Amino acid sequence: MADASRTTVAEGNALSRAWQRSSKIDPRYLIAFLITLVLVAAQLRYHMLGSYDRLVLALVVCTGTEAVLSWFDRGKFVNLLSAYISGISLTLLTKPQGGALWPFALGGFLAISSKYVLKYHENHLWNPTNFAISALLLAAPDKVSVLSHQFGNDVTTNLVIWIFGLIIAARVGVLHITLTYVLSFLILNGGRALALGQPLLPEIAPITGPMYQLFVFFMITDPRTVVRGRRRQIVVAILIAIMEMLIRFASDQGWPLPTAFNAAPAFLALAIVGPIAKWLDLRRLAARK
Amino acid sequence: MRLDRGPMRASSDAAHPGFVLRDATAAAGIHFVHHRPTFDPKIAGVEPHVAAVGASVSVTDFDGDGWPDLYFTDSRFGEPNALYRNRGDGTFEDVAAAAGVANLNRPGEGVSMGGVWGDFDNDGREDLLVYRYGYLSLFRNVDGKHFQDVTEQAGLRRWMNSNGAIWLDYDRDGLLDLYVTAYFRSDIDLWHLTTTRIMHNSFEFATNGGKNALFHNLGGGKFEDVTDEAGVGSTRWTLAASSADFNGDGWPDIYLANDYGPEELYLNDHGRRFTLTTAGLESESKSGMSVTLGDAFNRGRLDAFVTNISERGYIFQNNNLRVNEMAGSHRFRNVAEGAIADAGWAWGAQFGDLNNDGANELFVANGFISANRNRSYWYAMSKIAGANGRLFEDAATWPAFGDASLSGYEPSRVYLNRGVAGWVDVAKKVGANDLYDGRAVALADLSNRGAVDVIVANQNQPAVLYRDFPDSANHWIAFKLIGTRSNRSAIGAEVLIEAGDLKQRRVIDGGSGFASQNDRRLHFGLGNHEWVDRAVIQWPSGTQQVIARPQIDQLITITEPER
Repeated sequence: MADASRTTVAEGNALSRAWQRSSKIDPRYLIAFLITLVLVAAQLRYHMLGSYDRLVLALVVCTGTEAVLSWFDRGKFVNLLSAYISGISLTLLTKPQGGALWPFALGGFLAISSKYVLKYHENHLWNPTNFAISALLLAAPDKVSVLSHQFGNDVTTNLVIWIFGLIIAARVGVLHITLTYVLSFLILNGGRALALGQPLLPEIAPITGPMYQLFVFFMITDPRTVVRGRRRQIVVAILIAIMEMLIRFASDQGWPLPTAFNAAPAFLALAIVGPIAKWLDLRRLAARK
Repeated sequence: MRLDRGPMRASSDAAHPGFVLRDATAAAGIHFVHHRPTFDPKIAGVEPHVAAVGASVSVTDFDGDGWPDLYFTDSRFGEPNALYRNRGDGTFEDVAAAAGVANLNRPGEGVSMGGVWGDFDNDGREDLLVYRYGYLSLFRNVDGKHFQDVTEQAGLRRWMNSNGAIWLDYDRDGLLDLYVTAYFRSDIDLWHLTTTRIMHNSFEFATNGGKNALFHNLGGGKFEDVTDEAGVGSTRWTLAASSADFNGDGWPDIYLANDYGPEELYLNDHGRRFTLTTAGLESESKSGMSVTLGDAFNRGRLDAFVTNISERGYIFQNNNLRVNEMAGSHRFRNVAEGAIADAGWAWGAQFGDLNNDGANELFVANGFISANRNRSYWYAMSKIAGANGRLFEDAATWPAFGDASLSGYEPSRVYLNRGVAGWVDVAKKVGANDLYDGRAVALADLSNRGAVDVIVANQNQPAVLYRDFPDSANHWIAFKLIGTRSNRSAIGAEVLIEAGDLKQRRVIDGGSGFASQNDRRLHFGLGNHEWVDRAVIQWPSGTQQVIARPQIDQLITITEPER
């Protein structure tokens, strides 16, 4: 019994040390690990990519654009991990008509160049992948759709990714954003379903899909585009969920929205709320200096 | 795209397709209108979706007069199926009631989903298998005018909820066997549901569908279920099957298009059992609606075209044009790109040389549910599609359809084959302008004039007959095969023609596309070739027959040599 206790304590200490050691890792590496995990799981189990050439193209364009623009903009090559994450996100989320490759090239270029062009006080305003996908969906819904694969609607795969995602979100210090958004989504859309007399389950079902996994772990928690301060981050996450709920309400009512809003309400909500919040935050910070 | 043969040249282009299609439905006296079924009120919310199939068309010459006839199925209790006898003068008469194959949609029996023709008893008359959401029915053609229900004696009285069936002689014993696909599970009676958990357990990898069945023809009018021994009992929500010898080993294989799942290829191991092989089909899971076979690039091989779903902004599953490389790499390679990849919510499709230029065109029927033009179900679909399997399979959790459309009012596509220049949609140009919810497509030279007419069965809407008028400067040749050692219908026989630089293969199908079957006679366009060097016939029995310099611009009847 005493041995068992000692073993448990030792294991607990080891976990604690591992947790502390991980705090020294650049958050981008943890995020890169998570998205690689999603990619590998998705491809091995569900052949989600469609083809490898689109992955290679998106990665080459994203990292290449990052390298070139950082050289011109800052006079040095920056770490390409962020571009790697964008490239994989883009590949997983973009589903083109007829197997076309150009959306991956254009999307990669839009994603990375948005960081260098759409800036305020030297900070970019949009999450790069969110910007690229929203732009593609708005401009070319006849040619591009978002992720239609659903990880086989399989609970196990989804659970694995959620568990890894939540651990890494906690380590990176953005767990409160993820949880706030998820909770807000459930409450707001549950309320919407009740208000409209619609069945509850279909309204909250989308949160279990991979599109939302990528959204809550990689887009709304992007360290470079979230506002400063835990409380403000929570407020912005709620505002994004409210915007999404409003878009969904409009779709419920059959209002004539562009297809992008009906097909990807979460992405459009972030694309609208995120940059405004960031711009206000940057302005606030600038005023304090 | 790299092919293992020189670039195929086609003489047509989008501006000059070389043919027109004229709607001759009314002139031909075809007034068939399909009616969708109604089901248990427990699934009323999703009934438009569940009841969105059943319009089928199959071609046969049931009375042996040399003119192809048409069989359409209806899907509502009390509504008759139609057997249109070809009078030979461009008009048809519905003789289904007199023949005894009309009133098949009855409570307790189910509703028709389609029919396939094959001479299962080798008596020289085409018999009919009708598959239903309900019981199978086998009708023996008694005298070319009347049919006798022999389901019970044949051992085929089975409740299957089927959307497709094909005849094939998988063991090459000269008797046609039967492969029946199942959509909903067989324990489900859609009019008396005990559960609403009847839908797919995944949007892309569903495996909880009905179990497909292979029935071996024992002779003497009897069949036995050999599904498990043969290893072909897929439960992947199969919507369509086609059969041919894809790997050139002499044994007919089975290709499945599965809804909410990847395609499947079952390779025939010497008639003993089948082996499920990936062959590159596992790389993308889509929603296979139909599978049709044809020599897409004149390589002398049968390629597969599988239709899928595309909807702007929401989903681009894209159709698959799978080039058959089984003889080399043991794989099919998807080369669909551009126009041919996205037809909309595509259903039945068929390869056919509509302009007789020597290259196959593709006719693709489109559209799922055309209802309220201002309400789309796609937004609702995007919500439930993301749910986990337990939610997705429960019809009660699906948002109610109401009067919404789902990929409705989509035009048919007619893809002109321009060889290495790709495929281009010329539907408007050639006159295929309807916006019906197309399901089954069948091709047949209905007037024996060297032109491939197109018959489309539309869901809950009128059937359409498009008469084909190809460029008269092009030549053609057609073959009618009669099996002796092989099954009498010659189903599974392949003909390869060689005319100078033109080489093309066709197979006699025992069911092809979605809920359809083409004319048994094989039609080849020859373009400006004024002779055919030879026609090589591969009979299902294994006999190879070579016809040197067959006459062109006519139908040639060939009987299988006894030895």
